[in-house]
Amino acid sequence: MNKLILGRYLPGDSIIYRLDPRGKFLITFYFIGIVFLANNVASYGFLLLFVLFAVYISKINLGFFIKGLRPMLWLILFTVLLQLFFTPSENPLWHWGIFTLSTDGMRIAAYIFIRFVLIIFISTLLTLTTTPIEISDSIESILKPLKVIKFPVTQVALMLSIALRFVPLLIDETTKIMDAQRARGVDFGEGGIMQRIKSFVPILIPLFVSSFSIAYDLAIAMESRGYKDGEGRSKYRVLSWSKRDYMALVVMLLITIILLFIRSY
Amino acid sequence: MEIIFKNVTHSYEANSPLEGLGLDDVSLTIHDKKFTAIVGKTGSGKSTLVRHINALLKPTSGTILVGDREITPETNNKNLKPLRKNVGMVFQFPESQLFEDTVEKDIMFGPMNFGMSEADAKKSAHKMIELVGLGKEYLDKSPFDLSGGQMRRVAIAGVLASEPETIILDEPTAGLDPVGRKEIMDLFKNLQEQGRTIILITHNMDDVANYAEEMVVIHDAKVKAVGKPKDIFNDRSLLTDDILTLPRSAVFAQRLAKKNFSFPQLPITISELTTEIKRQVHGD
Repeated sequence: MNKLILGRYLPGDSIIYRLDPRGKFLITFYFIGIVFLANNVASYGFLLLFVLFAVYISKINLGFFIKGLRPMLWLILFTVLLQLFFTPSENPLWHWGIFTLSTDGMRIAAYIFIRFVLIIFISTLLTLTTTPIEISDSIESILKPLKVIKFPVTQVALMLSIALRFVPLLIDETTKIMDAQRARGVDFGEGGIMQRIKSFVPILIPLFVSSFSIAYDLAIAMESRGYKDGEGRSKYRVLSWSKRDYMALVVMLLITIILLFIRSY
Repeated sequence: MEIIFKNVTHSYEANSPLEGLGLDDVSLTIHDKKFTAIVGKTGSGKSTLVRHINALLKPTSGTILVGDREITPETNNKNLKPLRKNVGMVFQFPESQLFEDTVEKDIMFGPMNFGMSEADAKKSAHKMIELVGLGKEYLDKSPFDLSGGQMRRVAIAGVLASEPETIILDEPTAGLDPVGRKEIMDLFKNLQEQGRTIILITHNMDDVANYAEEMVVIHDAKVKAVGKPKDIFNDRSLLTDDILTLPRSAVFAQRLAKKNFSFPQLPITISELTTEIKRQVHGD
């Protein structure tokens, strides 16, 4: 259960931690966008250097980022192999049936691989250094302009933060129920596929029952403390945009310019 | 079955910044057919300790002997059924483990996983539902239609139905009313007298004083004291360090001691207390 590094916050302190979550959130998506501008060895190398530098100043062990690749491993392998063997080419090194191996294919496969690494590292950097609640706060803040078209921003943000709050709760609950059923002789991951699917019924039913009851309790608790629609509520966690956040934006701008330069070079 | 912990250490999330010690070099023997209480503050490592006995958790280092079965860091997840059949575990708020559409099926779930035939499991369910103080008329009901206290009893019946030799109870009476609490505790005491080993995690010192023969105090992932409840409740070093609280009778005796009574040994149960008061008032 704890293996999902993607989407897990790691307590710590460094300049990356101190950046405003809104800025980090936008920069992450912006960066994922400009990754697709890279088109040659130099530009991919430049972006890779930048990401490694960001990892370095975050003061988080590189191992955590490499672990972040693991859940995506099959997708990465599949895509890379697809590029490697199915890139059409004028002068293939090797050819068999529908498979073609060429230097072009290898190059593209390597690019795809680096692209995956870049995207996963940068988003892992966001989730490792930003608490889920900060992320939901920044989504609320970013969506605010949509209020003009009557989009229920505060409700959506509330739903989001409740959903995020439920994740660790449900993981705990699942672990607890699995332990209880294991103690009653259930072996998870044993036997044929039907057997395995069946062994999840004793987890899913109690999990549904308890999540409904937790949700019900939460609603009662919120009502009894007088929660009303978010309109005009003040904030407990106030996000503050500071000089270093402007700096981060400037850095992103510079990177874009350099990238465009290398790209056409 | 005797249960022996040898230098058991358990760390959560080993090799990460979130690493935490659940158990720190614990060596401990839990005697066969005894009623052992495990006490300690929230987060002290009580639940971590007992989860090693049926290999829900495995030690980071050290070994646990359960009868002749050995659990080490290398123990794999296969073939644990015989162990888990022999070590029944009632979790905190066990009612959350119910899932079948009838009470009977839910009680039969454990025994049938452990290879009992359907007929035997049914027989066991009928016996256990009476044992936990619900009638046979409950067998056909849905467990989700019962009250909280009744669900608790059904869940306990579901654990007992596999006829484990050792029964681990993690705060089995939390949230029950006083009458229900006494019934459930008496049930476990009876089971022990019929030859089972009972391990009880609790915050209720009166339950410890009234039911347990042995007592283990856990503090900060370490075993702080092991012994008879009477001796441990009289150990001043544990009380001054705020590791342990006293049963009500002992607290009462402490107050009496300020008013011309004297207790060389603090009484820990109500009957001990009353005998001692009678003796001192009548002066014999």
